[in-house]
Amino acid sequence: MRCRAFAAGLAALVMLTAGCNATKVSDLQSRGSLAPGSKPCGTFNLAINSWVGYEADAAVITYLAENVLGCTVKEKHIDEQIAWQGLSTGQVDAILENWGHDQLKQQYIDNMGVAQSAGSTGNKGQIGWYVPPWMVQKYPDITDWHNLNKYAEVFRTSESGDKGQLLDGSPSYVTNDAALVENLGLDYKVVQGGSETALISSLRQAEQQKTPLLAYFYSPQWLLSEVPLVKIDLPKYTPGCDADPAKIACDYPDYDLDKIVSTKFAESGSPAYTLVKNFQWTNDDQNSVARSIALDGLSDDEAAKKFIDANPALVAKWLQGTGAEGQP
Amino acid sequence: MATLTADAPPSAPAPETRRGLSWFAERGPAQFIAAIGAVLAVWIVLFTMFRGRNTLALAPADTNALHNWLSDLQTRVGEGRNTNPLFIYVFNPIRAVIDAFANGIQGLIAHPVGDRPVPYIGWLGVVVLLTYLAFVLANWRIALLTLCGFLFMGLQGLWQESMETLALTIAAVAIALLIGIPLGIWAGMSNWFNRLITPVLDFMQILPTFVYLAPLTLMFLIGPAAAVIATLIYAVPPVIRLTAHGIRAVPEETREAVESLGATRFQALHGALLPMAKRTIVLGINQTIMCALAMVTIAALIAAPGLGQVVIQALSTQDVGTAFNAGLAIVIMAIILDRTTTAASERVEVERRSFSGPNRFRRPLIAIGAVVTVIAIWLSYTYQLTAIFPSSLQIGSAHIGLDVGAHIINVANSVTEWLQAHLAPLTNAIKNFVTAWALDPLQTLLDSSPWWLTFAGLTGIAAIVGGRISALITAICLALIIAIGLWQDTMDTLAAVLVATVAVVVLGVVIGVWMGRNRRADQIVRPFLDAAQTMPSFVYLVPFLALFSASRFTGIVAAIVYAAPVAIKIMADGIRGVSTETVEAAQSVGSNTWQIISKVQLPMSARSLALATNQGLIYVLSMVVVAGLVGGGALGYLVVAGFSQTSLFGKGLAAGLAIVLLGTILDRTTAAAARRIGRTGQ
Repeated sequence: MRCRAFAAGLAALVMLTAGCNATKVSDLQSRGSLAPGSKPCGTFNLAINSWVGYEADAAVITYLAENVLGCTVKEKHIDEQIAWQGLSTGQVDAILENWGHDQLKQQYIDNMGVAQSAGSTGNKGQIGWYVPPWMVQKYPDITDWHNLNKYAEVFRTSESGDKGQLLDGSPSYVTNDAALVENLGLDYKVVQGGSETALISSLRQAEQQKTPLLAYFYSPQWLLSEVPLVKIDLPKYTPGCDADPAKIACDYPDYDLDKIVSTKFAESGSPAYTLVKNFQWTNDDQNSVARSIALDGLSDDEAAKKFIDANPALVAKWLQGTGAEGQP
Repeated sequence: MATLTADAPPSAPAPETRRGLSWFAERGPAQFIAAIGAVLAVWIVLFTMFRGRNTLALAPADTNALHNWLSDLQTRVGEGRNTNPLFIYVFNPIRAVIDAFANGIQGLIAHPVGDRPVPYIGWLGVVVLLTYLAFVLANWRIALLTLCGFLFMGLQGLWQESMETLALTIAAVAIALLIGIPLGIWAGMSNWFNRLITPVLDFMQILPTFVYLAPLTLMFLIGPAAAVIATLIYAVPPVIRLTAHGIRAVPEETREAVESLGATRFQALHGALLPMAKRTIVLGINQTIMCALAMVTIAALIAAPGLGQVVIQALSTQDVGTAFNAGLAIVIMAIILDRTTTAASERVEVERRSFSGPNRFRRPLIAIGAVVTVIAIWLSYTYQLTAIFPSSLQIGSAHIGLDVGAHIINVANSVTEWLQAHLAPLTNAIKNFVTAWALDPLQTLLDSSPWWLTFAGLTGIAAIVGGRISALITAICLALIIAIGLWQDTMDTLAAVLVATVAVVVLGVVIGVWMGRNRRADQIVRPFLDAAQTMPSFVYLVPFLALFSASRFTGIVAAIVYAAPVAIKIMADGIRGVSTETVEAAQSVGSNTWQIISKVQLPMSARSLALATNQGLIYVLSMVVVAGLVGGGALGYLVVAGFSQTSLFGKGLAAGLAIVLLGTILDRTTAAAARRIGRTGQ
């Protein structure tokens, strides 16, 4: 014991002497310096929802806001519903990829007036039923919903009894699947996977092990660039065909993914708001960044930098009106 | 979870239970099994006649008036938030105080403060300080463990995240003790308060956290306050319970002696009761710390920084290795804090009993340590090298990489991939077998019988197992479950919970007997049990999903991993508690090993078996929500959906209440059975 204390003391002494030419903490610089000519930005509170596509949006916005606009970006990793709540309490300035959520829009935009849309991200969200690619090779006609009953037996699992299994996923999204199964007369049972993690694991494993799986899924999603899932053709969506939830017998509509900001943030004149408002890209753009993060193992910052360096024209458009045009 | 409800002997058993010794005491196990069998036989006969009628089913997306009312209530509270006086004058000040406190600790060890780009105390200062504290509170062995453990977290590349988690844990535990110890003392001194607070504590421990996360962020905003309070709700009950238990356990003679000396209540408490209860109170602190650490990943869902954040973010890209690396840091932190507080409670006990002073080297070492600690803190405040954990070391011309984390991540990923690729056919076969032969039949019996039949059957079984009071509690709770409109989902959850508990008890008996009879086995297995208990379940959900698909069985396996260690530990203690003379006597009359286990050791640890069952059930129940995330459906899924969708908030809350009611039935019934067996054993 005495030895230990002695050794510790000795180590401390060594460091003390070595410390004379070591870097001091006071020499370190703090992050986020202001670019010349730009408006002051201050703190920018950004909600981060847990899927990788969102993370890709957030990565480029954060990179630009911090390195070009000189904002202090506070990323808040929270669930969608809590992010909306944050708009009303002033703790969240912006949500970058919103999937529909009419009920939340009504509460926070129409009723309370604390939030507003900042336009489309340019991404099209598509929900549907998917099968792993090996199944399409083996059963080419499976992608037509009319043939689903023919294959119901293939999709049987311990959870679906004597019916085929339709695996549903993320509980944060309202699905019409139960109504669809019933109204299309399908011999399937909807099984609640309970999380996006459950969906992705199941789909990956289904392709690797060549096991049958029919699952609710969506694009843009990074998994699609690893496993090219194939969408089942359901009866075409026509405006109004989903008016009565109990009688739905058509595919999901395309979602125009949009950005939601708090009213306070929109009126603050912050350059970060201008950046969020200008921000628009394609599904391919988002997928390329998402792939860098999810499959190539780049950090958010590295992935964002890679994209920004490769697309200067697009980025310049986003920066218009922020006072920092042409900076990166 | 309610680890301690069962540890604490019943303070004042109701007269009814004392009279109702019935089945076990008077008639023995054979009669008991016959009675249960008879109830089941009648149930099955009636089931075949009435199957599928009056099952009170409700589809996952459907809601009833109560659920809608609860959802509307949340919406209205949210809309009125900024003008509501309750928020302005009550919640906001509470939030401000807790935020300031938690941010203060974060700034001390984890976060940059103001213009300073690093926290006040860097890694060297924290490591030396914690090692010193472990030495003062426990002993040099624990100090060494602390030193290595925290350095390892740095080498994992998780220094800042670990400190964020530690800071949040310290904040939550400090507030928990501030509230919990006084309440515990009150509950220890006052019978009516004890009776009042016990069900409240049960409720706080069993109600799934997911249910109150969204309301908490509404009340206390996204930030440290909400995270600390969410942790607090789950972590404060143990210290209250154990403080009360410690005071109540002081022998009656001692109390009377103190009173006869004319001591006031305060003097009695300060001079006799608290010192004698000190060891139990420290154990309560230990349990509170463990519960706080168990909340790390859940708190990350409302933006709490730290290791939980790493786990959650790794999940979105299915990066099991990174999640495992962070989970490992949580396990190490939990083991260090557990060993330190356990050793501290032993030290307290030893020092109280032997009046001899401490070891003669101790005092000077404590003084030297204090000086070294102060120097280390100063160094880490001043110099970058000791402030920011280095990712590599330059000694002379040699360059040593310190990134152990990358290796851990790679190995964990390769192991997982290999397992998923090669074991999946086998594990899926196991899943199909158990589902078809155990889960499905049980679930069908429970959820496809008419509600009145299941109601009567469950109440009858509760009467046989636990006695009249248990039957009454069961009937009331079942009626409430019907009232909140989630009968069939509750029955589905019950089926999965029962199957998981059977597996937990079997594992508890088999491994517990092995460990109880063999010291070496105990030493080897115990660290794995600790790891299984403290590793966040989110870490192993991805491989489990690959091995067992999204299914009810996956949830059951996750529950077994979490709950079996408790049952195993209790059984091992029980077996070891059988006196050696009895075992030797059996050996001397020529009994073989199997006979000794089955005729002597197991029957004599029947109370441990009942306790293991009780605790196993409660732990399994706490995994219902996790099961909902991997295809378990039923109540767990409803809670998760309620957290994610505003329109289902009310239904999620109702599902949380149903879990509490189910927990009450299972806990009270098995605890009553444990008490009866305990009395019969005496």
